[in-house]
Amino acid sequence: MDTPTTYFHWGFILISMANLFVIGGMIVLFAIALVAPFPHAEEGEDGGKK
Amino acid sequence: MAARSSVEMEASTDSKSWTLRLRQAIDRHLPMDHLLPDRQPYYVGSWVYVFGVVTIAALVWVVVSGVALSFMGPQWWHDSRLGRFVNSLHFWSVQLFFVFMVLHLWGQYFMAGWRHGRAATWMIGVVIFAVSILTAFTGYLSQQNFDAQFIGVNAKDAMNSAGIGAFFNVLNFGQMYGLHIMLLPIGVTILVVLHIVMVRTRGVVKPIDDEGGARP
Repeated sequence: MDTPTTYFHWGFILISMANLFVIGGMIVLFAIALVAPFPHAEEGEDGGKK
Repeated sequence: MAARSSVEMEASTDSKSWTLRLRQAIDRHLPMDHLLPDRQPYYVGSWVYVFGVVTIAALVWVVVSGVALSFMGPQWWHDSRLGRFVNSLHFWSVQLFFVFMVLHLWGQYFMAGWRHGRAATWMIGVVIFAVSILTAFTGYLSQQNFDAQFIGVNAKDAMNSAGIGAFFNVLNFGQMYGLHIMLLPIGVTILVVLHIVMVRTRGVVKPIDDEGGARP
């Protein structure tokens, strides 16, 4: 808890490991949301198939 | 809608009764089947559309845990086991609120969610994001611990250099706490309700592919 966190430094980019994990996790979650099948996604507004 | 009284049928839209005009305007723009729909278009069948409602769910937990914290006070949230739990609940709900708000923002950005008269909905979302950041910032300053002092002492120079330090004093706990538990959460909640009503009024925007192009 009282040790300094790890930072990554590439050129002008400086980011802590924790923040990098959060942003990476969000990108992964967004990608999963795009491709993961959604339950009952085939049923349309009128109850028909798309 | 179907069972209107004869008095209402006779009244025109230029009626002098403001309650009647307001009710008719609500009926026209936000009928109950738009406000509480039981079916959605087929293109809403994607997890991307879940990010918005998860953000709202996180906000509910933020408000509920925040009410408990404001009622019980700093000693409780630092010294008791339950207080620390509710404090953590408040903190992690905020983290989830921001994570899913940004995921919702990404989704709406890539599907150009501002199309077809939804620009105001998009812009209110942007304002919600900005006010939420300010709310979280005042929250970090209201923790009553070393972290809050560290943030306050470092942030005061930024506020002073921006010329707002005189009326937004980050070292003034009372001001930051008052903003955090009263004005800003009320602002966020009102804007979120307005955002949802606007989404329900116009419905979810069609996918760009459905229109055969990316015309605005």
